[in-house]
Amino acid sequence: MASGIEAVRSSAPALKRQSMPRAKRAAIVGIPAFFVLAITGSASFGLVVAALIFCALYIPAWKTLPAGKWIVPIGILLIAIFYPIYQPNLFDVLVFGNFPSVDTGVTMMIFIMMALGLNIVVGYAGLLDLGYVAFYAIGAYTVAWFASQHFSNVTLHFGSVGVAETTPGIHLSIWIILLIAGAFATIGGVLIGFPTLRLRGDYLAIVTLGFGEIMPQIANNGDNLFGHNITNGPQGINPIDPPGFGNTLHDTVGLPTDYLSSPNSTRLFYWTALLLVVLTAFCSARLRDSRLGRAWIAIREDETAAAAMGVPLMRTKTWAYAGGAFFGGVAGAYYGSFKGGTFPGDFYFNISVFILCMVILGGMGNIWGVILGAAFLSYLNQEGLANIGAWMNANGVSDFVFGKDIDVPLYTSGIFGIILVLTMLFRPEGLIPSQRRKQELHLGVQDEYLYDVEHHDEPLYDREDA
Amino acid sequence: MADLLTAQGVRKEFGGLVAVNDVDFTIPERTIVSLIGPNGAGKTTFFNMLTGVYKPTAGQIVFDEADVTGKPPHAITERGIGRTFQNIRLFQSMTSLENVLVGMHSRLKGGILRAVFKPPSLKREEAAAREKAHDLLEFCGLRGHDDEYARNLSYGDQRRLEVARALATEPKLLLLDEPTAGMNPQETAEFTAFVSQLRHDQGLTVLMIEHDMRVVMGISERVTVLDYGEKIAEGTPQEVQSDERVIEAYLDQPTSSATQFTPK
Repeated sequence: MASGIEAVRSSAPALKRQSMPRAKRAAIVGIPAFFVLAITGSASFGLVVAALIFCALYIPAWKTLPAGKWIVPIGILLIAIFYPIYQPNLFDVLVFGNFPSVDTGVTMMIFIMMALGLNIVVGYAGLLDLGYVAFYAIGAYTVAWFASQHFSNVTLHFGSVGVAETTPGIHLSIWIILLIAGAFATIGGVLIGFPTLRLRGDYLAIVTLGFGEIMPQIANNGDNLFGHNITNGPQGINPIDPPGFGNTLHDTVGLPTDYLSSPNSTRLFYWTALLLVVLTAFCSARLRDSRLGRAWIAIREDETAAAAMGVPLMRTKTWAYAGGAFFGGVAGAYYGSFKGGTFPGDFYFNISVFILCMVILGGMGNIWGVILGAAFLSYLNQEGLANIGAWMNANGVSDFVFGKDIDVPLYTSGIFGIILVLTMLFRPEGLIPSQRRKQELHLGVQDEYLYDVEHHDEPLYDREDA
Repeated sequence: MADLLTAQGVRKEFGGLVAVNDVDFTIPERTIVSLIGPNGAGKTTFFNMLTGVYKPTAGQIVFDEADVTGKPPHAITERGIGRTFQNIRLFQSMTSLENVLVGMHSRLKGGILRAVFKPPSLKREEAAAREKAHDLLEFCGLRGHDDEYARNLSYGDQRRLEVARALATEPKLLLLDEPTAGMNPQETAEFTAFVSQLRHDQGLTVLMIEHDMRVVMGISERVTVLDYGEKIAEGTPQEVQSDERVIEAYLDQPTSSATQFTPK
């Protein structure tokens, strides 16, 4: 009897993932690499270097070394930091064409930030939010208000700004705006969360969907909100000030005159975005491992039990919402600043779904997974699909399959749909799953109604917070 | 001995169904009280009102000199009522240790900003909490299972983990909902001893719903019997055992012999 229990226990998946044998890892990398080389017949210097870096990071079992868990993240960070410098000299990849431009890199980072924010709400706390675009909108309009000539009846300058001192309107330093945008989005998150978070599951999703739909309507019709022009309606607000990275430094020390001209300014945008992503990932990790993070997971698993263990449901869920909203707001503000304008057409439902797809594809609850999912999908959206389409048209694939050349980016939504369906069919836990999710999906989850929830005559919420 | 919990005229209606009908109930400090009754008698509903999952339709519940009627579950837990569930409700994808740490939620501090900045004080607090959770697991007979996912534990261990998690809330009153359901006689005996020890060593007050009469008669000082939502008897195990109405409720026929009431 006892030995039977022991046997079951030892066969159960252990907590620590056993690292794959090195030979197997090498084979996973080596065999496809060999075929790619054999097919393309090109062994350019860049490809070899890339392969070496990849192997160095992937094959050895770094995690078993002391302080080894930092080697892979630092390696990836270094690759990302120096990307704008070596990017022009990179080789072309089969089918996908050239590596993403630095411009695309910035957009990818911004979407990574948003996906990490949504991951707090969906991945950690398990609250399905279909209106995440609302926070993006709040952030984008915040930067539009505080760094443009929209409110031209006041003139307020603060900090380092990329416009002349005499320009009318409010012009604040980008750093302050990012914080304000985060704060505004957080307030928005709490306001939206307050009435909606008492709902569970599908009902919550529907209501958040509603809020997500309300946002672009407000933006569209906000040029005459009780007589005030808040959002400038369908024209949107532009131009938004260039952030003026290092203007102060330039004035005092005297940097080269072209340091803010393209592509240098894009690089500055890139590195700033990278910094923001690192901060977001850091905060996500800290939150995940905290008392609050545990409470989120507990709520996701079983609200009633969590409440009985002393977790205040409303407050804890609202924190998740507020935390997610903060990063959404910061990302939105940064995106507005990067694009130099904010338009109501940017905030439709498809963006919410797009960000959700990133989280699902990457692996809900896993920071690395979400980063990968967001980077990949936003790359496809920005450049990848166009490149693939160009390759298909040039090599007769489109002609062979469809009988004519096709414009692949036209089918973006469809392609994302297919990606999502394939993910759900073959790897529902995402590309890099969190251990918990993997458990739930492969060992089944307790989702039957439980006796004291089913017969609930009133919602289980903390009335104290109401 | 002072009463730790007093329920007065507590009533719960679900639509037209009266699940609990004006029950008066007290739990003296440091006692083990059992709540028994046939299936559907309203025991779990009563439990759920004590822990705030349900709001009573009428009546008042006073715990530790404070009115907790209709307070939300987390506030009641914070005041010192810990509970387990009839059908085990652990956080399945969390490890044993994490389950216990969630139980400590209301005893730990640290909001969103503190979690992000993680000052040394928080580090110390977390380390202490982990240490304590580890000790608690060991105390409940789960030595060496710290990092095991709750879903991978054996049934008996899951029951033990539920108790450990409830104890982590630092309760004054521990509510156990059919804690020995599904246990074999030896496990049941062990568990009974464990509950007595809890009361003895830690001064805990225990209220449990239990069907196993050996457990009920073995360790409880007082027994309350519910039937169709009404309290039909209350007293020492011996008194209840020989109560006419209790025997009637259990056997559904009038009889004078108390022996038939003992389990088959």
